[in-house]
Amino acid sequence: MTRRERTVDVLIVGGGPAGLGAGAELAASGAGRVEILEREQTAGGIPRHCHHGGFGGRTIGGAGTTGPAYARGCVAAALRAGATLRTGVTVTGWAGPLTVDTTAPTGLERITARAVVLATGARERSRSARLVPGSRPPGVYTTGELQQAVHLYRQRIGSRAVVIGDEPISHAAADTLRVAGLEVVAMVTDRAPARLAVLTRGGDRAPVLGRTTVTALTGRERLTGVSVRHHDGRTATLRCDTVVFTGDWIPEHELARRAGVALDPGTRGPAHDAAHRTSGAGVFAVGNLLHGVESAGFALAEGRAVAAPVLRHLATGEWPTGRPSVAVDPPLRWIAPNLVGPDGELPLDGRFTLRTTRRLASPLLVVRQDGRELHRQRLLLPVVPDRPFRLRAGWLDRVDPYGGPVRISVC
Amino acid sequence: MPETYESRAMNPTITTSGALTADEPPGAPAYDVTVVGAGVVGTAIARELARYRLRTALLDASDDIGNGTSKANTAILHTGFDAVPGSLEARLVREGQRELRAYAAETGIPVERVGALLVAWDEEQLAALPALSAKAERNEYHAARLLDADELRAREPRLGPGALGALEIPDESIICPWTTPLAYATQAVRAGVHLHLNCRVRHIDSGDDVHTLTTTRGTLHTRHLINAAGLYADEIDRELGHDDFTVTPRRGQLIVFDKLARDLVNHILLPVPTAAGKGVLVAPTVFGNVLLGPTAEDLDDKTATGSTADAIALLREKGRRILPELLDEEVTAVYAGLRAATGQEDYRIRSRPDRRTITVGGIRSTGLTASMAIATHVTELLGESGLALGTPSELPPVTLPNLGEAFPRPYQDAGLIAADPAYGTLVCHCERVSAGEIRDALAGPVPPHSPDGLRRRTRAGNGRCQGFYCGAAVRALFEEARS
Ligand SMILES: Cc1cc2nc3c(=O)[nH]c(=O)nc-3n(C[C@H](O)[C@H](O)[C@H](O)COP(=O)(O)OP(=O)(O)OC[C@H]3O[C@@H](n4cnc5c(N)ncnc54)[C@H](O)[C@@H]3O)c2cc1C
Ligand SMILES: Cc1cc2nc3c(=O)[nH]c(=O)nc-3n(C[C@H](O)[C@H](O)[C@H](O)COP(=O)(O)OP(=O)(O)OC[C@H]3O[C@@H](n4cnc5c(N)ncnc54)[C@H](O)[C@@H]3O)c2cc1C
Repeated sequence: MTRRERTVDVLIVGGGPAGLGAGAELAASGAGRVEILEREQTAGGIPRHCHHGGFGGRTIGGAGTTGPAYARGCVAAALRAGATLRTGVTVTGWAGPLTVDTTAPTGLERITARAVVLATGARERSRSARLVPGSRPPGVYTTGELQQAVHLYRQRIGSRAVVIGDEPISHAAADTLRVAGLEVVAMVTDRAPARLAVLTRGGDRAPVLGRTTVTALTGRERLTGVSVRHHDGRTATLRCDTVVFTGDWIPEHELARRAGVALDPGTRGPAHDAAHRTSGAGVFAVGNLLHGVESAGFALAEGRAVAAPVLRHLATGEWPTGRPSVAVDPPLRWIAPNLVGPDGELPLDGRFTLRTTRRLASPLLVVRQDGRELHRQRLLLPVVPDRPFRLRAGWLDRVDPYGGPVRISVC
Repeated sequence: MPETYESRAMNPTITTSGALTADEPPGAPAYDVTVVGAGVVGTAIARELARYRLRTALLDASDDIGNGTSKANTAILHTGFDAVPGSLEARLVREGQRELRAYAAETGIPVERVGALLVAWDEEQLAALPALSAKAERNEYHAARLLDADELRAREPRLGPGALGALEIPDESIICPWTTPLAYATQAVRAGVHLHLNCRVRHIDSGDDVHTLTTTRGTLHTRHLINAAGLYADEIDRELGHDDFTVTPRRGQLIVFDKLARDLVNHILLPVPTAAGKGVLVAPTVFGNVLLGPTAEDLDDKTATGSTADAIALLREKGRRILPELLDEEVTAVYAGLRAATGQEDYRIRSRPDRRTITVGGIRSTGLTASMAIATHVTELLGESGLALGTPSELPPVTLPNLGEAFPRPYQDAGLIAADPAYGTLVCHCERVSAGEIRDALAGPVPPHSPDGLRRRTRAGNGRCQGFYCGAAVRALFEEARS
């Protein structure tokens, strides 16, 4: 076996907004040789194929530039700052705590770094991963596949589509379907429909079937329908030749897990503190690998924010151990960051990011450690599933670094 | 004028569309032998027949070989330890397993001898183990061994609580279900067998010398007919005027877990069959995934290969008991296969020399393992039914691309990538499939005719993302090659 062995100062795995942001900031702040590896032929991550507008802000949707333009901007910024960006290079595994193996058309390498930043993103769960029963015909997509098929490859999709999901991504998928000439016959969600979102979007013509679950896909040579059941017991089969499963994110965490870093049970991404340190010494993580899924702007900002702690680590070599975890109680779903670092570092914008499993009207959040209340905060707006909401982090300096887990609950 | 072996080998005949010429085969009154059904059994038979100077046709209704039950099984290379002693199946599994193991090593089909453990979860099951061990002996399998609870736990530390002991079958192995029929078919067509796809046999007229097959693509004449139609073997038999058995599809649903689950399990974990019925198994795959299943549901619809919510829930419940951590892992796929059950605990292989037909039916749940021995057996029966086989010749060698995780893959091969950078260009990231492998499969001797066929030849699209990252790119490569 011949692998070219090399060393760099900081290795960044993943050239999406998060990895590019990290690369730009690290290169600009003199971290030495900063190398970003991206397995696709073009860097930019998911925005590469999101032809709709709405990129740049801290939340998904709203105004902003288109995905491809945003991706190009991220790439240009990283290159301008002096980062090395290599595309078509896949990190395939680990050969040591900070040493990775790569495959590229130019050959195999083994790269050792002083710090590794994982920025491998998140993907939507497939129909199978969601355990949707029925047949396995062609015509079944996720938004990621659909957008690439339409925008990158101009493939023929079909004529009638059903979209599973009712979050901003779902509406992006519906837009893509219409661009590709399909009629969107319905959007199906097992949640109560997010009526406000629908009302504010004039372009949407498809009815949203709320509190409805998909019970089966039908068809053999081609999808012929999506069978659904409403929570009141009514059933129906929606005739269509295309179905798109949207949202339901899972971090692309293979490399993180192969590194042996601990996962957070809520996010299924690496457990990390506000300085983006995982449980593996020298291994940082940023972007949607940590939380499926925040906006591209949020991922980019996290990437930029990781530069300072990486530089500090390069200078001191220190790595915290035994950090208390931050966990949520139901009906909350997850929180990020989810470890408390020893140095009082605050998360991005001084706030934690959370998700809920069900709608809560102005919930009162209480933060406790070992029975001791650290903070309570009433949110002014309702929180809904699949949308981020934030919790102020000012209480972090009151956490006992040797104490038990910090718990966030709804009172 | 008959073609020479060499000229045939250079121009494999595979047809997928258009009418078979009115007098198929061209230039002769009839094929010597036609095999109906190109599953693992039919392709194995065609390969065996390809050794002889016969005009042989292999037909399948589907657009690909191995596209029926053969693509959707548990992919275990059985030892036959638990077969019905003395049955034809017991012998063919025993012999087939040995032959296929050797053939796999020769052609590059991945096989891993992981061994099986029949895990006892209660006293009744524990008490049943010695009898199973004795049954293994009667099936000429002598390496079975009882493990106590401690040894079992040392071997499988992630087992759920309550396992009392196990019977170890060290030679049970896992194999690639997709490259096995592909290897057979490739060798068969290279040696001159005509493969006709999208060619469903609708009607058969049996005359004194030839059978006339009416297919969806026209008419075809053959002196001898081998019925390897799997679930439809009863219907082909009825066309031939026989009514020995009815195939009742027995569905087996399976859940495939992501490769990150692979380290949870070391062996094939088999249920102990008891009066209360058969449980489900947990088995690694050669692709590095973990399977949970199969169910056993008697149906009457031979096309019911869909999955159901009830079965998924049942499998998950049983899996949680066997390997609790498995349920925390992501699911890559859910699929179902249909066993060709015929109400008899044995194969239904029957030759009717006077009618020049051989039925190869009821190959329920061991057909992958037994395929090569079934082929040898059927060829012997054919030789006894008035067809002069002549002397067999060597088959042209084949090497299959390795799809197994336990063996080196192109993305890890510096020399290969240096010689051809396409093997370093990864297209399917989850499965690490390169542009070079996809190109090779599309240009292969038995090429795919759908993205799904490409998946079975390369693993492209077979991973945890199910196309989120690579689906469009793989389809683009497929469509480009076709146009
Ligand atoms: C359909 C859709 C619509 C969206 N709409 C919006 C929107 O309107 N506005 C908005 O702000 N956000 C939107 N988003 C979200 C936005 O795309 C993400 O927040 C952003 O891409 C996250 O950046 P990331 O860098 O964390 O991950 P990604 O963009 O996923 O980038 C990760 C990169 O890592 C690479 N990688 C992974 N593993 C390896 C490896 N082993 N070796 C080498 N490289 C690797 C991947 O190829 C990928 O390029 C949308 C997302 C989707 C799917
Ligand atoms: C859930 C499950 C798990 C299993 N696990 C294992 C295992 O671990 N190990 C093992 O060894 N075996 C296993 N088996 C059994 C094995 O898969 C089968 O025995 C084997 O695939 C049967 O092959 P076949 O060629 O007879 O049938 P098939 O693969 O079904 O092939 C028959 C072919 O005939 C074609 N055909 C049908 N009618 C016509 C017609 N009229 N005209 C033209 N073509 C026609 C079909 O298109 C099909 O391709 C399992 C089976 C199932 C269902």
